[in-house]
Amino acid sequence: MGRYLIQRFGSMVVSLFFIVTITFILMQLAPGGPFASEKKIPPEIEQQMNEKYGLNDPLHIQYFNYLKDVAQWDFGPSFKYTGQSVNDIINRSFEYSLLLGLESIFLALSIGVFLGVIAALRHNTSVDYTAMVIAVLGISVPNFILAAALQYFFAMKLGVLPVARFDSFLHTILPAVALATTPMAFIARLMRSSMLDVLNSDYIKTAKAKGLNERVVTYRHALRNAIMPVVSYLGPLVVAILTGSFVIEEIFDIPGLGAEFVNSVTNRDYTVIMGTTVFFSALLLVSILLVDLLYTLIDPRIKFGKEGGKS
Amino acid sequence: MSQPELNRAELEQSDFEPLVRDEAEAEKISGESTSYWQDAWRRFKKNKLALFGMGVIVFLGIMSFLGGPISGYDYYTNDYMVTNKAPSLEHWFGTDPLGRDIFARTWYGAKISLFIGIMAALIDVIIGVIWGAIAGYFGGRTDEIMMRIADILYSVPYLLVVILLMVILPQGLWTLILAMTFTGWINMARIVRGQVMQLRSEEYVLAARTLGANSNRIMFRHLVPNTLGPILVTLTLTIPNAIFTEAFLSYLGLGVQAPLASWGTMTSEAISALQYYPFQLFFPAFFICLTMLAFNVIGDGMRDALDPKARK
Amino acid sequence: MKKVLEVKDLNVFFDTYKAEVQAVRGVSFDLHEKETLAIVGESGSGKSVTSQSIMKLIPMPPGKFAGGSIKFNGEELIDKSERQMEDIRGKEISMIFQDPMTSLNPTMTVGKQIAESLIKHQNMSKAQARKRGLELLELVGIPNPEARIDQYPHEYSGGMRQRGMIAIALACNPKVLIADEPTTALDVTIQAQILDLMRDLQDKVNTSIILITHDLGVVANAAHRVAVMYGGKIIETGTVDEIFYNPTHPYTWGLLGSMPDLEGDSDEELQAIPGTPPDLADPPKGCPFAARCPYAMKVCENHMPDYFELSDTQKSACWLLDERSPKVEPPESAKVGGSKRDEQ
Ligand SMILES: Nc1ncnc2c1ncn2[C@@H]1O[C@H](COP(=O)(O)OP(=O)(O)OP(=O)(O)O)[C@@H](O)[C@H]1O
Ligand SMILES: [Mg+2]
Repeated sequence: MGRYLIQRFGSMVVSLFFIVTITFILMQLAPGGPFASEKKIPPEIEQQMNEKYGLNDPLHIQYFNYLKDVAQWDFGPSFKYTGQSVNDIINRSFEYSLLLGLESIFLALSIGVFLGVIAALRHNTSVDYTAMVIAVLGISVPNFILAAALQYFFAMKLGVLPVARFDSFLHTILPAVALATTPMAFIARLMRSSMLDVLNSDYIKTAKAKGLNERVVTYRHALRNAIMPVVSYLGPLVVAILTGSFVIEEIFDIPGLGAEFVNSVTNRDYTVIMGTTVFFSALLLVSILLVDLLYTLIDPRIKFGKEGGKS
Repeated sequence: MSQPELNRAELEQSDFEPLVRDEAEAEKISGESTSYWQDAWRRFKKNKLALFGMGVIVFLGIMSFLGGPISGYDYYTNDYMVTNKAPSLEHWFGTDPLGRDIFARTWYGAKISLFIGIMAALIDVIIGVIWGAIAGYFGGRTDEIMMRIADILYSVPYLLVVILLMVILPQGLWTLILAMTFTGWINMARIVRGQVMQLRSEEYVLAARTLGANSNRIMFRHLVPNTLGPILVTLTLTIPNAIFTEAFLSYLGLGVQAPLASWGTMTSEAISALQYYPFQLFFPAFFICLTMLAFNVIGDGMRDALDPKARK
Repeated sequence: MKKVLEVKDLNVFFDTYKAEVQAVRGVSFDLHEKETLAIVGESGSGKSVTSQSIMKLIPMPPGKFAGGSIKFNGEELIDKSERQMEDIRGKEISMIFQDPMTSLNPTMTVGKQIAESLIKHQNMSKAQARKRGLELLELVGIPNPEARIDQYPHEYSGGMRQRGMIAIALACNPKVLIADEPTTALDVTIQAQILDLMRDLQDKVNTSIILITHDLGVVANAAHRVAVMYGGKIIETGTVDEIFYNPTHPYTWGLLGSMPDLEGDSDEELQAIPGTPPDLADPPKGCPFAARCPYAMKVCENHMPDYFELSDTQKSACWLLDERSPKVEPPESAKVGGSKRDEQ
C-alpha cells in the first residue's frame, strides 16, 4: 500500500508539472502584458513593475522561477490587487467553495442514488417514469439558469431564503441545490441502469433462490454492486461541482474561489488565473486518488491499482 | 392446451401425406426480416418523447429563420422609447434594457446557439472519429501514444480548458468553436476507438468465413451500424453539451460578443436585472432548456432504438 | 415412488414490447423422490423458464403464468405468496445456475454467501453457520476450507465456484435441486467431477434433481429419466434407456444424431439439425418442429399431436406414431451403439 501511494504521488507530481507548464505557456500567449489593460499606467511605472515581478527576465528564467515557487506552494503576487498574493486569495476564499462543494456533493449523491434505486426497483412504473423525467430535466437545465430561477422564486418572490451571500446554513441551500442538480440527475440515471443490470444478474437470482427476502436482496446484495459506477463518477462529479462554482458563486455573490477565478479571468490577472488553475488541478488529482482508494474498499476484486480477477 | 381438443379419428388419411414445403414461401418469410436501420427507426418512432424532441428541434430550426421577419423587428436596433417593456401585442416577448425586441432576439439567438452547438459537436465528431479510428485500427504503439495524449488533455476539466483558451484567443464565433472543440473530441475518440478495436477482431473472423462478394454486405450489416450507431448517439448528446458550454461562457462574458447575440448572452444580461424584469430571463432560459431537453431525449431515444438489447 | 414435484400444463408467457413470447406452452412432468430428471433441448426451448417457474423466480412482469399448476409435495406453488415462497426457496427447492463466473456475488465472501441461507432457514447463529459452511465446503471437495471460506469468488477457479454454488444450494438439504446447465461453462474434466459430486450428494442427502442440459453425454451419465423440450413443449419423455435406444420423435433423433460419439472412434459424421427454432412470439399452430422435420406431414402443420403412450414411462408427441402415417425408421445417426452409452 505504501508503495502504491508513493507511485500515485509520483504520477500526480508529473501531471501537475505538465499542467503548470501548459498554463504557463498559455498565459505567455495571452495578448498584451499583465498590465496592458490599464492604460493609465505611465511607461516608466510599467517598466518598474515589470522589473519588480521579474517580467523582464528571459522566458525560461521566468518559467524556472515559477516552477520553483509552485513547488514551494507559492503562486506569487496578484497583479491587480496590490499587496495580495495568490496564496492569500486562495486561502481566504477556498473554505467557502469547499463548504458549498461538499454540501452539493452530498446532495447530488444522496438524492441521485435514491432516485436511481427506486426507479430501478419500480422499473416501468409511474415511479420510474417520474424519476427519469426529473433526471432528464435535471440534465437539461443549465446550473446558472436554475440558480437564477431559484433565486427569483425562493428569495425574491417568496422571501423564504436569503438572496445572496454566505453567512449561514440557510444561505447555502439555494446555491447547493443549483450546483447539485445536474450531477444529481446524471447519478440517478447511472444508478438506475446499473441497478437494473445488477438486478438482472445471475447472482441476484442466486440470492433470491436462497429464499432471502426482497429487502435483503436489494440492500445486501444489489446495492453494493450497483453503486460501483457511481463511485467511478465521483471524479467527474468533483469537476462538475468545481466548474459549476464559477457561475453559481457569481450569481449568489459568494466570495469563493470560483468567483475569484472568474474575476481573475475578467481582470486578466494572469498570476491568479495560473495559480487557481494549478490549485484546481491539484485538488482534482487528490480527489481522484481518494476515489480510487474508496474503490478498493468497496470492490474486493480491485487491489490498489491492480485489477484482480475481474470477471 | 391452447387449442381445442382434437379428435384423432376426425383426421383424414390425406392428412398423413408428406408435407410439400413451399420454397417460395420460406423465401418470403426470411425476406421479410427488416434491415437494422428500418428496425431501429420503427423502434424510435414508438418513443413519443423522442418524437417530441424531433418536433421541437424542427420547429426551432424553422423559427430561427422566420422568427425575425415575423416579428417585424431586427435584433440589434436600440429603441430608447420602449426599454424594458413587458410582453405585449407590439413586442410579444417584451423588450430589453436597450429597447430591442426580445422575440426577434430570441430567434436570432436560436440561430447562433444552434449553429455553435451543432458546429462544435460536428467538429468533435470529425476529429474524434479520425483520431479514434486511427488509434483503434493501427493499435500497438500508435494507439498508446495517441490515447495517452488524449488522456492528458482529458485530465484537465473541460470548462477550465475552454475558459483558459478564451482568455488568450481573440474573441469571435470561430475562436469560441475552436476553444470548445480543443478537447471536446476526446470523448468521441475513445468511443470510436473502442468500437473499431472490437470490430477489428470480429471483422477478421468474418472475412475468413465469407469471401469476396459478401464482404460488402458484411460491411453494411455489421461495421457501419456498429460504429455509426454510437457515433450518432454521441453526436446527438454532444450538442446539448455544446449549447450549454456556449451559454456558460457567454454568461461569464467569454462567449459571443455584441452585436452578435446568443441565448447565453441574453441570459447573462437578463440575470443582472432579474428582480425587476424576470421575463427577460424567462424566454432565452426557457429555449435553452427546451433545446437541451429535446436533444437529450432524441439522443436517449436513438440509443434505445439502436441497441435494443440495452433497452431498459 | 413418491412424487415430489408435479408440473401440469404449465404456461409461461412474457410480455415484451413487440409481442407476447410464449416461452413455455403446456409443459407437464413429474419428479419422483431421489430421481434425476434431465431436461434437454436446444437454446431457447424454454428449459430455464420452466425451471425458474418452479421456484417462481421469473420476473413478473414481464413474465406471467398463463395457466397450469406446480405442486410440491402436494401443495400448489402458483398460489403461494412471495413470503411463503421465501420459506421454500433454498430450503425445499434450490437451484444452481449455468455460469459459475456470474452466479456468485462478487462483493461477498463465499462463506457469507453460504451462511445466509443457513441463518435464514435453520436459525443458526453466525458462528454455527460458519462451522456448517466449513463442513459444506469440505463436502463439495474444496481443499483448505479454513482459508477458502473467507475468500471472494474471484479468488476461486471456475470449477471451485461451481462447487461453492453447490454448497450454497445444498446447505439446507433441499428436497429438490434444480441444476440449470451446471457444467456447460466448465471444461470436460471438471464437468465430470461436478457431475460425480452431484450424484454423490444425491445419495447422501436424498435429493431429487432436475438437470437441465444441452449435452446428451451428461444425460447418459447422470440422469434416470429424460424430457426433451422443443419450442416451449415437451415433445418426448421417457427413461434414459428408452430415449437412447427407442427414440420415436424426429427431433430426438436429430438430437441423438448431433451427439458426438463418446469414445470418438466412429467415423459417422455429426448431423446438425438444419433450420432454426420457431419464433415463440408467434408459435406455429401445429407441431413446432414441423418446419424442420424431414418427415413432416400435412397434419403436422395444423395440429399439435397429443402424447402417444409407448410404455408406462415413455410418451411422445409425434404424428408418425399414428397408425395412418407412413412407417419411418430412425436414421442411422440416431442409433446409439453400445459405445455411445457410458455404462452406469
Ligand atoms: N425475461 C424475458 N423476456 C422475454 N422473453 C424471455 C425472457 N426470458 C426468456 N424469454 C424467452 O423465453 C424463451 C425460452 O428461454 P429459456 O431461457 O427458457 O431457454 P433455454 O431453453 O433455457 O435456452 P438455453 O439453453 O440457451 O439456456 C426464449 O425464446 C427467450 O427469448
Ligand atoms: Mg437456459
